[in-house]
This record gives sequence, structure tokens and C-alpha cells, in this order.
Amino acid sequence: MDILYKVFIDPFLQMGTAPDLLVQTLWEGLVAGVLYALIALGFVLIFKASGVFNFAQGIMVVFAALTLVGLHEHGIPAYVALALTIGVMFLLAYGVERLMLRPLVNQPDIILFMATFGLTYFLIGFGELLFGGESKVMIAEQLGLPRGAIDVKMLGGFVAFQRIDIAAAIIASVMVAALAIFFQKTRIGRALRAVADSHRAALSVGISLEQIWVIVWFAAGLVALVTGIMWGARSDVSFALEIIALKALPVLILGGFTSIPGAIVGGVIIGIGEKLGEFYWGPLLGSGIESWLAYVIALIFLLFRPQGLFGERIIERI
Amino acid sequence: MLYREVGQFKANYSADQAVFPILQDRMGLAVILFVAVVLIPYFGNGFFIQAVMIPFLIFSLAAIGLNLLTGYTGLLSLGTGAFMGVGAYACYKLTTYFPGVNILIWVIASGFFSAAVGVVFGLPSLRIKGFYLAVATLAAQFFLSWCFIRIPWFYNYNTSGAIEVPTRTLFGTPVTGATATNTTRYFVVLAIVVVMTVIAANIVHGRIGRMWMAVRDMDLAAELIGIRLLQTKLLAFAVSSFYCGVAGALLVFLWYGGAEPAVFDVNLSFFILFMVIIGGLGSLVGSFFGAALIFVLPIVLRYLPPKFGMPIQAATVEHIQFMTIGALIVLFLIVEPAGLARLWQIAKQKLRVWPFPY
Amino acid sequence: MRAPGGPEVAVGDVLLAVENVSLSFGGVKAVSDVSFDIRRGEIRAIIGPNGAGKTSMLNVINGFYTPQRGRITYKGETRRKMRPHDAAYGGIARTFQNVALFRGMTALDNIMAGRTLKMHSNLIWQMLRFGPAMREEVEHRRRVEEIIDFLKIQEIRRVPVGRLPYGLQKRVELGRALAMEPDLLLLDEPMAGMNLEEKEDMSRYILDVNDHYGTTIALIEHDMGVVMDLSDRVVVLDHGIKIADGTPSHVKSDQAVIDAYLGVAH
Repeated sequence: MDILYKVFIDPFLQMGTAPDLLVQTLWEGLVAGVLYALIALGFVLIFKASGVFNFAQGIMVVFAALTLVGLHEHGIPAYVALALTIGVMFLLAYGVERLMLRPLVNQPDIILFMATFGLTYFLIGFGELLFGGESKVMIAEQLGLPRGAIDVKMLGGFVAFQRIDIAAAIIASVMVAALAIFFQKTRIGRALRAVADSHRAALSVGISLEQIWVIVWFAAGLVALVTGIMWGARSDVSFALEIIALKALPVLILGGFTSIPGAIVGGVIIGIGEKLGEFYWGPLLGSGIESWLAYVIALIFLLFRPQGLFGERIIERI
Repeated sequence: MLYREVGQFKANYSADQAVFPILQDRMGLAVILFVAVVLIPYFGNGFFIQAVMIPFLIFSLAAIGLNLLTGYTGLLSLGTGAFMGVGAYACYKLTTYFPGVNILIWVIASGFFSAAVGVVFGLPSLRIKGFYLAVATLAAQFFLSWCFIRIPWFYNYNTSGAIEVPTRTLFGTPVTGATATNTTRYFVVLAIVVVMTVIAANIVHGRIGRMWMAVRDMDLAAELIGIRLLQTKLLAFAVSSFYCGVAGALLVFLWYGGAEPAVFDVNLSFFILFMVIIGGLGSLVGSFFGAALIFVLPIVLRYLPPKFGMPIQAATVEHIQFMTIGALIVLFLIVEPAGLARLWQIAKQKLRVWPFPY
Repeated sequence: MRAPGGPEVAVGDVLLAVENVSLSFGGVKAVSDVSFDIRRGEIRAIIGPNGAGKTSMLNVINGFYTPQRGRITYKGETRRKMRPHDAAYGGIARTFQNVALFRGMTALDNIMAGRTLKMHSNLIWQMLRFGPAMREEVEHRRRVEEIIDFLKIQEIRRVPVGRLPYGLQKRVELGRALAMEPDLLLLDEPMAGMNLEEKEDMSRYILDVNDHYGTTIALIEHDMGVVMDLSDRVVVLDHGIKIADGTPSHVKSDQAVIDAYLGVAH
């Protein structure tokens, strides 16, 4: 009886009696969700355009952030370092296309998926080799990102909105909108969607697969860079981020693997769900439940909708 | 001509259905067993046995477990590390409560606990397929990892959070704990791994193996020939987790001598998965190949450069290990997606006609 | 069974009957209010232009698809939907338009897989591969070899089916279906993509299965010549509706059928 109270009644009571805390938690969940969504966005880009589930997206986030900070540590001014990092991400995209995607062009998706495992571990080793394993501080100030918080008096208490969080939310929204327009309206966007549907068909209408792949991996690299900057600005840059990136999986499950708006919705649901769960039910179970809560949430969703929230119902024709 | 199977006729179906119908295969197996049972313990030094042979065998067992699930049944699992952990902790608790019982019995029994957990986390496989199922196994991995840290009962309320293996004996000889010798532990591990490999081979060559492969290749058609999907998939989870659980128990009790929860994290899951991928999905022999490559390679990387006069820092070695493994995976997938097992088959094919080219 | 060259002879009782079956996917009506029956021992053809709903009909019989309306009566038992497992254990076997073989396995293993529902030895014996498990393997291997001999695929037993040419794959698939010892065999375009010689072989096998084993056969086929030669009765679908049902000669001269095929009989 007592346990039922603790699980089903008490947390909601807490939410009700301290609404400012609730809003705070919701906000933090929203921001975390936006960042998850950005990682998921990188996945979606690559999956939409090449059918490859890029497991390495998480490490790309870390790698991009580390490159930026690493360059700056060597005395290069912030914006120059940013430009150079963009260049590095382009090189990475080019390298991946030439060395990994081209040789594997007609292989089934599962093989490409596993190849991205290899890419992940390679980048982990490479990144650690180049930049060392300790966590670093993101050069947020030097990039002109705001600091400090805005305290809003509301609902009987204070809710602190970190400026960097607001900036992250805005930047993420802009990015998503830009990408959505890019996919829908431009010629290249159309070509990307064609490639996602069928490599062979796209080839037969003259689309250069190689170019498309470089473009899309570069775009994912840019998204990774933005994600890395935002995430690093809120907490440090370290390889632990890689595991956090695995969280993008539950986001993708909810939002579907090919939907850009889905990635946002999924990210927000997971982010808020996680934060609420951690804050209100966490004390009941012990700390650290955010390491698995997202997966369990996604799992429960999957049981009701095996294709995810936004995914297409798979009708197998046989 | 070495591998010529022409002329080896089978007079009845049971001979033809044998797991190793070809004479050369049986001879090769005998040689390997001889090396394993006689030569290695006699000639190998303690370090080799402790740092190479024992873990190689244990990881091969785990790789076989994962192969049964992912390679034969087509269910991608990223929870191998956690299932190994369940076996290890189950064994620990069992021997804590019943120290008088033979430790080997507990090692095998812990496999059943792992199997039960595997079945629970395999239940979603009725509704969920492919990548999505991998998420269910990730949920298992992260949840169980959290349990290993957060539930002090698992590690007997030890303040450090780690478990230490008590000394247990077999026929009077210590097999676990600080007093057990390398050779003793090697023989125990070898015996268990050999027996369980034989059993896996038997299962895979029979009705159950065919059911699993049918589910992997086309589950709709499998349903049509009367295969019950849920039972078949759950059986795969159960048997696979059993093998992983035993491997986990062996890892802690007969190799490390102790464990922290971090041992059974998601990285272990990935390592075993890499072994299976590189070794060859759907091949038991491949599991051994994969374990050999993924496990032995880092050791080679660590100890070879100093021999050539190039000192390398320990941390750098680890970085290079990751890079090499990553690059190897991509390379293998490009060159031979079916892994080392397929390369081995091709080699045997060449041996069939050698010295002729075809 | 067919009296050679003569009029159709009524064969056995009704083995399977579908009544008023309607099936739609989203907004698309695949099958509308279709009823027909299949008699024990006959060869029943289901024909019609592309998109007529023939494969969907087979899928309903098999239990893949659940019809929104209608009933299926099999061996006297009526139900709203068939479950694939019940279909298999009830003696319904099937081949597919796009050869649904288990590509990772050899031809022999594929056909052995078809024996699954007849094999019962449990896990323990399987682990030991001894005693009951081995005896079962050998006994079923014997039966499978009979099928292999019947279909003349001895040389390709151990070849992974992915490597076989299309015609041989279809034969292996037929073998797997036969291994189930079905009472009702559903063949979805068994002759598709075959040349004349292969078609003749396949026709011979189908007739032999019907004669030797007494298996009732329902087949979807486009080749009119094959349909006329092989089948006892024909049901014609067009756009999901049944437009004719009767003997081959009757159906061939039916105006509605001719119109459906735009006047082209072959």
C-alpha cells in the first residue's frame, strides 16, 4: 500500500505543491530533449539519405567538440578554430564516403550499420590519441555564447532559465527549420530523398551517390558540431558524451528514423520524461535511473506501436 | 588435395548427418584438442595461460552465446555484457549462500539465472524486430548495469562495490581464489568450454538450429511451416543467455578472481558483438576466430612494440587498440562480410583442389 | 481427379470454403465479397489479371491477412480468421511468388525445415544429438530424400539456396511445402519466370503430387495453357471480385472473363 502511494500519488503531490520546481524540471527536460533531438537529427539525416544507421553520430559530436577546443588550445582564435573544425568535419565526411561507404555500396543495411560500429571505435581511439582522454571546457564565451541565468519569479517561487539553454533551444530550432526546408524545397534535398529510397534508382536518373553522401555526412557533421558546442557549453566535453549519444536511439524509436519533426518530438518526450522520472521518482529507486529510463520509455512505446510514433506501418508484402 | 572429400562415402543417413562428416575435419579437431589438452599446459608458461588462453576460451564461449542469438536467429543483442554479469553475480550469491556446494555446479546453475533474465528481456521480440529489438537489449544492458551498482545485496554489501572470489575446491584442489593455479583453472575452463561447444554444435545442426535459421532468414515463411515464432525466439534468448551467463561466471571466478560492476558494461557487449561479426555470424568456429582476433590483438599490440625497441605508453596502446579494432571491422566488412569463418571455408575450398588452382 | 480428356468428375467433399471474404488495406479493397470452395483431391486454379487479389486470397487462407468480413471453413471447422500456425498444423502448405526460401541454408536444410512440425524431440536430446533426437533426424532425412528423389534435386542438396538458379529454387520451395505432407497445397505462380521445359517439368510435378499423394492443390497461375491443362476447376477474380467459377472450358469461353483479360486468352 505504501509503495503504491509512493509511486502513484506522492510524485504528483510534489509536482502540485511546488509548481515552480515542476516548471524548472520541465524546462531542463526540454533543453536536454532538444539536445537529444539534435543528435537524433544527425542520425535522421544520414538515414534518410543513405539508409545507413550511423552509430557513429555520437562520437562525431564528441570529435567535433574536441577538435574545436583542441585547436583553440593551440592558440587559434575561436572563430578561426570554428571554421577549421567545419573543414575537418568535411574531411571526415569525405573520408567516410571514400573509405567506408563506397566499398560497401550494395551491401545490406545491417553490414553498413556494423561498419559504423567500426567507425565509432576508430574515432574514439583516434580522438583520444589526438586530444587526450581528459574532459575539456567548451570555448563558449569565445564563441559569443551567453552566460548566466535569467531568474523568473513565477508560481510562488523562482525558475532559473540558463541563457545558454535558451540559446541552445533557439539555435536548434533554426537548424531544424533550415534542414526541413532544405530537404523539402531544394534540388539537392530532393536528390537526398531519392537516394534514401533506392540507390539504384537514384543512380539510374544520374544522381551521383558519392556527392550526395559526402553532402549528407557533412551536414550531419555540422549538426554534430553544433550539438557538441551546445552540449559542451552546458557541461564539459568528454568521451562520456558518447554514451549519452546512445540515448538518441530511444529518441529515434519514438520519432521514427526518417522524420525530422519526429526527432524533435521524440527528443522532447524523452528529455522531459527522463528528467521528470529522475526528479520525482528517482529518490524512490535510487540515483542514476536516467541511465536506463529513456530506453524503458522507448521500449514501452514500442510494445504499443512497433514502428515508433512517426514511423510508417510496415506492411510486408509477400 | 589435402582437403579432398571425394571418396568419403557415407553408408547411412546418420553418418551423413554427423556434425563433422569429413575425415580431415575430425583429424583437425583431434589435433586441436591434443594441442589444447597436452601441449599448451606442458609448454605454455603461466603468463600465456593466464593472460591469453583462459580469457580466449571464456570470450569464445560468450561469443558462441551471442552468435546463437544474433548469428543463427538473427536477433541483434546489445545486452551480452549484462547477461554475463547476471551469471557472474548469480554464481557469487549462490556460492555465498551455499559455500559447501561444488563451485562448478553453481557456475552452470548461474547460467539458468541468466537464461531467465534473457527470456524476460526477449519477450518484446514478439512485437519488435530488427534495430528496435536492439533497443530492448540496450534497455536490459543499462538497467542491469545499474542494478549491479545500486543493489548492494549483489556484492554482499561490500563498501567498494566490488566482489572478490572466495577459494573453492574441486576434488581437493583449489579452482578459484588466490591459491588456484593457472593450470588448474585452465583445465576447468577448457573442459566446460569444450563440452558446451559440443552441445551448441549439436543443437545447431538439428531441428532447433534449423528453426532458428528459418526465423532469421524469413520469419513469415517460418511461421507458415509451423514454427512458433515466440517460442523459438525465446528459446534462442534462453540458450544464448545461458552461455553468456556461464561465460560471465567463468570470467569472474576462474579468470579475474573478482569483479566490479563496470566490467559488465555496454563496452563488453560491443566487444563480444565485434568478435561475432569478425569471426562470422552464424558460425561456431567463427566465434573462436573472432575471439582470438579481438582479444589477442590488443595483447600483441601491447607487448610487441617494446620487443622491437619502440616504447609505447599504456594509454596510447589502448587508443591504438580501439583504432585498430574499428578499422579492422570496417576492413572485414568490406573484404569479407561473412567474417573469418568464410575466409576459413574459402581456404578449405582451395585446399580441396590444391595444388591445382581450380 | 480428372478423367483424361473427358468432362469434369466431381471429386470428394469440400476441403476448404471461403464465404463472403472481404479484405482491404487502408482504403484499397483487395478482395470484395468473394466466395468459392475447393474440393478434396482437385486441382483448383485461381486466375485473373494483375492486381485481382489472387495472392491476397491465398494470404487470407494461410492466415497472413485477416479479412474484414467473411468466414473460412477448413476441414469442417469454420472460423473468422486463420492463424498461420493453425494452417500449418492443419495441413496447409504454400509456395510464394517470390520464392520464400531460407537463404542462409542449403536445399536439404530448407526441406528438412519443412519437417519441423513433425519433429518433436526436445532440447535435452537435441543437445546430446543421440538417441531419440538422432533417430528422428534420420527418419525425417529418409522422407526428405524421397521428396528430393521425386523432384530430382539430388545434386544440389548441399548448395546454399541463394546460389541456385530461379527454377531450381522454385523446385526446392515445392519440396519444402511437400515435406509438410499437406492436405492442401497453395501454389502462388509456380511457373513464373520459367521457360517451356521448366514449365513442363513443374506441371508434371504438380500432377504427380495430386495423383500420387492425393494432395488438393490450389494454384495461382497466369499461363492459360497451364491452367487449362492442369486444373479441374477455375475461379476467376478481377479487381477483387469473383467473375467466374467453373471448369476450364466453361471459364475460357465466359464473356466476362474474356473482357477482363481484354480479349487476350494467353
